[in-house]
Amino acid sequence: MSDWPLLSLITFLPLLGAAFIFFIRSEPEVVARNARAVALWFSLGTFVLSLWLWFSFERGTAEFQWAEEVLWIPGFNISYRMGVDGISMPFVLLSTLLTPLCILASWEAIKVRVKEYMIAFLVLETMMVGMFCALDFVVFYIFFEGVLIPMFLIIGVWGGARRVYSAFKFFLFTLAGSVLMLLAILAIYFETGITDIPTLLDTRLPPEMQTWLWLAFFASFAVKVPMWPVHTWLPDAHVEAPTAGSVILAGVLLKMGGYGFLRFSLPMLPEASALFTPLLIYPLSIIAVIYTSLVALAQEDMKKLIAYSSVAHMGFVTVGIFTVTQQGIEGAMIQMLSHGVVSAALFLIVGVIYDRMHSRLIERYDGLVERMPAYALMFMVFMLASVGLPGTSGFVGEFLVLVGAFQVNTAVAVLCASGMVLGAAYMLYLYRRVIFGKMTKEDLRTILDISWREKAIFAPLIAVVLWMGIYPMSFIDVMAASVANVIDNYEAALAAAEGPSLAALLPVE
Amino acid sequence: MISLDLTSALPEVFLACAAMVLLMLGVFRRAGSTRLVLVLTVVVLAVALLLIVFSPDDRALAFNGLFVTDNFTAYMKVLVLLGAALTIGMSLGYIEREQMDRFEFPVLMLFATLGMLAMVSANDLISLYLGLELQSLSLYVITAFRRDTVRSSEAGLKYFVLGALSSGMLLYGSSMVYGFAGSTNFEALAEVLAADLAFDRTPSLGLIVGLVFLLAGLAFKVSAVPFHMWTPDVYEGAPTPVTAFLASAPKVAAMALIVRVMVGPFGDLFEQWQQIVVVISIGSMVLGAFAAINQTNIKRLMAYSSIGHMGYVLVGLAAGTEAGVLGIVVYLAIYLIMNIGTFACILCMSQEGRMVERIEDLKGLGKSNPLMALAMTILMFSMAGIPPLAGFFGKYFVFLAAIEAGLYALAVIGVLASVVGAFYYVRIVKLMYFEEPAEVLDRPIGAVLRLMITGTSLAMVLFLLVAGPVVGGAGAAAAALFAG
Repeated sequence: MSDWPLLSLITFLPLLGAAFIFFIRSEPEVVARNARAVALWFSLGTFVLSLWLWFSFERGTAEFQWAEEVLWIPGFNISYRMGVDGISMPFVLLSTLLTPLCILASWEAIKVRVKEYMIAFLVLETMMVGMFCALDFVVFYIFFEGVLIPMFLIIGVWGGARRVYSAFKFFLFTLAGSVLMLLAILAIYFETGITDIPTLLDTRLPPEMQTWLWLAFFASFAVKVPMWPVHTWLPDAHVEAPTAGSVILAGVLLKMGGYGFLRFSLPMLPEASALFTPLLIYPLSIIAVIYTSLVALAQEDMKKLIAYSSVAHMGFVTVGIFTVTQQGIEGAMIQMLSHGVVSAALFLIVGVIYDRMHSRLIERYDGLVERMPAYALMFMVFMLASVGLPGTSGFVGEFLVLVGAFQVNTAVAVLCASGMVLGAAYMLYLYRRVIFGKMTKEDLRTILDISWREKAIFAPLIAVVLWMGIYPMSFIDVMAASVANVIDNYEAALAAAEGPSLAALLPVE
Repeated sequence: MISLDLTSALPEVFLACAAMVLLMLGVFRRAGSTRLVLVLTVVVLAVALLLIVFSPDDRALAFNGLFVTDNFTAYMKVLVLLGAALTIGMSLGYIEREQMDRFEFPVLMLFATLGMLAMVSANDLISLYLGLELQSLSLYVITAFRRDTVRSSEAGLKYFVLGALSSGMLLYGSSMVYGFAGSTNFEALAEVLAADLAFDRTPSLGLIVGLVFLLAGLAFKVSAVPFHMWTPDVYEGAPTPVTAFLASAPKVAAMALIVRVMVGPFGDLFEQWQQIVVVISIGSMVLGAFAAINQTNIKRLMAYSSIGHMGYVLVGLAAGTEAGVLGIVVYLAIYLIMNIGTFACILCMSQEGRMVERIEDLKGLGKSNPLMALAMTILMFSMAGIPPLAGFFGKYFVFLAAIEAGLYALAVIGVLASVVGAFYYVRIVKLMYFEEPAEVLDRPIGAVLRLMITGTSLAMVLFLLVAGPVVGGAGAAAAALFAG
């Protein structure tokens, strides 16, 4: 079925758009208008192409589809390999869905250097999509790291007051994690002689090596997810980034960590995963869920609050992945997709009033429902989805993760469940303070409700949230076979190693 | 086979003759001949480059075994000539503006390049020294070429004194090697050491001491820690085109020389020299990363940057394998191009006709000259080794070799140093884009420089597409070194 390189098209179409924008030369006003239009059309085109991926995707198989392969560096067996399976395909769609919305959201908010901004976003889209499609370690790493450059510039150039500090923190944290992953990739290459991901998924690596490789991957993905205690870059980056930057950060970039765990750590390093799940993943995830929820409760800044809630929600994801149960992993996947949409939407929601009042402080607002009923309604939908109300996408993800966790470790499940309660607390508290109450601030009296452009941004997100919450099967169908495959391989590998034991992993003299 | 076979040394012979002709031309035409001589110098270098590209690939000896050519020398010479031609080409505008337009300038650079080619092809400690000195003496002079400024003269003097010291060490080491092994020829040395190894004799201590001195002298030339002290001062003091030249072609030549000496004649002493190389490599990477953070002068920054880069190259040597040499070759090729691009940008930094070299002067370049800022950004991210830019691939292949050789600690220290290094490269990007312009840099920039900047930054981005052939060529070069 892979007669034409659909994945390469989806990946590089935005780059083509960026090249177009690069060559626009005219008056500043005209350039800005054209750059916006070109960026929007190219990202929409990319989204339409990726819809083709969704419809043509063959459910019920764990095979990589739409596979492409071109030999790239012959001496080293490195090829340009692309392909998607049930785990990566939804993320491709998530990326292509969020990018046009981001460009719409930046339509008026970004006034300086519009051309460069749009180029950065399109390059960013190429990197994100490429990362999820890459089936060669080197290609994967290039896309994974390549994301840093446009994101660094987006935060640093168009960000808020402390943008320089945040941009550097983001850049250096992520870079430090990923260079260690690079060494792990090199070590795997040296051990096996290949960088081909599908083959490596079926290759068994020696257990004593796995420990170190796992830690190196962990260093990279834990920063990206982010897990406590390396999450500190996230609130800074979120707060200072422009709205659309926060959307992409929360919506897609964090998912790279979860995707990495699911794609590499778990299937390639099963013994080490079994060792480190109770040692690192569970404790750190639980701390993330409970501690950062409490921190979120105390925030004054709306973006910071949502940033901390992201850390908590991603804690669910890491727990879900490492339960290695069908429900747990599917829950983690749904949670990632849901969080990708919901937290992105929440940042956009904050962006709406930030564009009007230029403040993100909660105390700046009250009683917005009087002037902005439509806004209040949309905020409520996403707020409840974030809390995990049944019928919204957040519920499905969290519920499945908890079901998975209960099968493996009751204590973990109970502690995670308490995070749901805290999540409800901080979100409802936020909503009450901003939307309800009496409007006392004089300057809010003239605030305008959301415009058609903004409604157009939120409509698809609401549709996805409800679709995923009411009929999650259409998403689970896509991923079920791939997830089952991961679990089967994992269990087979552990059985082959006769159960995980410390003695087998740590060389004993 | 061993004879005075001049054909394999044709490019060098051509270069030497051409240099003397150009010297004559300059002397007889006197005033106003600089531009002509400089352009002809670039043409001569280009012809030499073609001669090398179209010369046969097989290994050949000349001058009674003093001189060797093979795939490795060919690849390295192409890099040296490319670096020399580009840096000489871009110096034209500068020397005319700064009243340095004397015809000796390009001719001296040509002689230095000739010395470098001789270094790359050296197959004997004598020819090694000969090439090295021809290169060094020419470089001392052009460093001090602006003799009416204190900084340039000071840099030249400092370079000369310390360079002479390192040459002394090198000579001392060579004489010890000769004394204890009985030969200066690389192949003869290799045989002696192989015989030692075959009969399980420990190599004599004198030979090892000689090797250490030799390595110290060579480490000076690539400015590896702890022999780096001259670099920041000389880079800062020398006229900018000279700094660009110093940071590109001689580095490649000296590194090629180290690789040949270590892998060729002293290949059997691998265990002895590996420890030294690991230490100086770690030292260079770490110092290059940390010392650059506080620099305010962009040329000093580039000096520390080049120290750091040499550290990464030495990682490949520490592996001591064919993969390691491949990594070195790829790294040097990429380093050369991005270094030239960066110096082309530095050469564009002038305000009201006056050259400036504070890093602060780049403030707000993203607004005042977007295209140059974009090019500089690409070059800086490439220097930091962020994919998909070329710099990443250099690091990839040297670290691959290090992992393969089991040097895990070295690799971990190396990548962490690269994160620290990324900080100061990215700081330049920050200045250009995140801050408002203070004083605007002059525009427009010259056509040659614009071409150079565009070309190099495009090369950084498009390296992806040519990675296969470049790495393949480097593989052939590395294989040549290990065949003999």
